[in-house]
Amino acid sequence: MGRYVVRRLLQMIPVFIGTTFLIFVMVYAVGDPVNAMFGDRAPDPATAAQLRSEFNLDKPIWQQYLLYMGKIFTGDFGNAFNGQPVTELMATAFPITIRLAILAIVFEIVIGIILGVLTGLRRGRPIDTTVLMLTLVVISVPTFVTGTLAQYLLGVKWGWIRPAVSPEAPAGELLLPALVLALVSLAYVTRLTRTSIAENARADYVRTAIAKGLPRRRVTLRHLLRNSLIPVVTFLGTDVGNLMAGALVTERIFNIQGVGFQLWQGVVRQNSPTVVGFVTILVIVFLLANLLVDLLYAVLDPRIRYA
Amino acid sequence: MTLLEVRDLHVDFHTRDGIVKAVNGVNYSVDAGETLAVLGESGSGKSVTAQAIMGILDMPPGRIPKGEILFQGEDMLTMSKEQRRKLRGAKIAMIFQDALSSLNPVLSVGYQLGEMFRVHQGLSRKEARAKSIELMDRVNIPAAKDRVRDYPHQFSGGMRQRIMIAMALALEPDLIIADEPTTALDVTVQAQVMELLADLQREFNMGLILITHDLGVVADVADKIAVMYAGRIVETAPVKELYKAPAHPYTRGLLDSIPRLDQKGRELYAIQGLPPNMSRVPEGCAFHPRCPAAQDICRSELPPLAEVGAGRGSACHFWKETLGD
Repeated sequence: MGRYVVRRLLQMIPVFIGTTFLIFVMVYAVGDPVNAMFGDRAPDPATAAQLRSEFNLDKPIWQQYLLYMGKIFTGDFGNAFNGQPVTELMATAFPITIRLAILAIVFEIVIGIILGVLTGLRRGRPIDTTVLMLTLVVISVPTFVTGTLAQYLLGVKWGWIRPAVSPEAPAGELLLPALVLALVSLAYVTRLTRTSIAENARADYVRTAIAKGLPRRRVTLRHLLRNSLIPVVTFLGTDVGNLMAGALVTERIFNIQGVGFQLWQGVVRQNSPTVVGFVTILVIVFLLANLLVDLLYAVLDPRIRYA
Repeated sequence: MTLLEVRDLHVDFHTRDGIVKAVNGVNYSVDAGETLAVLGESGSGKSVTAQAIMGILDMPPGRIPKGEILFQGEDMLTMSKEQRRKLRGAKIAMIFQDALSSLNPVLSVGYQLGEMFRVHQGLSRKEARAKSIELMDRVNIPAAKDRVRDYPHQFSGGMRQRIMIAMALALEPDLIIADEPTTALDVTVQAQVMELLADLQREFNMGLILITHDLGVVADVADKIAVMYAGRIVETAPVKELYKAPAHPYTRGLLDSIPRLDQKGRELYAIQGLPPNMSRVPEGCAFHPRCPAAQDICRSELPPLAEVGAGRGSACHFWKETLGD
């Protein structure tokens, strides 16, 4: 097990280098960050040249990349367009997004799995058909529609919540955005759990569990659910990465100043340090989430052994 | 008092193609310490009857329109769900065919054994573990103490079936139903497992219903036999008498199709045709299309299970002739 983890961590290094290099190249190929700093006005050539050499922009791109990576590992992610260190942006943005993602994942797990179990055990009955149809609707409607609609109805028309989240983004205000963010994945979790439960409900070991005289509840939770969760966990694991990065739309709608919001700002203002810095962290989050999923496999299914 | 008595049991399955009558008026009984072998091809209704006794039929699509299942004198079909659940595992236990798929792959065998004690007797995790180790010792699993934390896939086929047996025996039930307990095993292991089962049965004076299609296994361990065909019992007899002189052409066919050393080189006998499709059972005697001795009456009239001798019955119009030659 320990050796497996070490091996997986080592495998992450080339993936990490590859993805960050790609992002780095793409961001620098899109436009000139120095020009972007000056907005619409053309920069004074002397200042521009000075800035370029200060940010190492006059060097070949691979060298820039190496210098950048070297700085990252000392904790220096460079400065954002307004001169604020990117690390400071991260320090405010990540806690907010993490809060949002945790709430969303909790919604997905609790609501998605409960609905999945209920429908999986009652295939073809009215509750199953209704939930199935609802999940289809949720999956086909884009997040910006559900988000704006929820914001308008609950926030503006009925006034139950504040339509925009305050800058500190307390968990209470994030509940609705988290639900909106979770909605599509929640529908997938429901469907995955449903299929998995329905399939395993006919398994021999479930029949054995019933023949042992175990109460219905124990049969479902200990024997059936435990086996049915394996595909669901995979999905949830990869979704952690998506939730951290993909909150862009939701964060824009509810004016949450999290990772998606900062990334958006970085892209719009062509601020390479912000974009590359945030993406680098997200790559790490993604890789760790995947490792976590693989380790969870071994916990859920002892037939999978890591040498 | 008889331990278990099945009276006129009927089981239907409601499928898209109509009603399938899987079991049609089955009667049999088992006493404490007695072994009843239920013999039949796949689809004969032998496993469905067992599942009905156990209370693990899928209902729907299954339905029990008629019949009684008396366990220690009480009809289990009129009991509440909770009453029946408490009997399952504690008083009546079942051993399934394929131990690999019948054991939960993600729970350790110790957990699965211990569950019996924790659920039915309210023992703590620790006490249940100690009991599980004891059980594993009892069914001759080497190094039980170290293996209690292992998972089913880490055991060999024979060891897994021993664990299934241990699980069934855990609460010393009065009746054990073994549904083809040795079919999935190697021949050498089959004998060991059967022997173990027979020993334990003797020790606890349990009733045993042994469902099988293997006549070889039956001869050694059973006291009496019920042969099933198309959802009915076609012959029932004490084991020795049945082997000596079967009173139904189907039983005779089964016995003749056992390979024997003294017939080496000769072609092996096989009953013609296939077992009937249960949604279209032939009229009259269901066996008539395959029966070498079928007459007109067999095609139109269903033979009742006639008394042929002491404790013997045969559902054949011509049982006398069959028994005679």
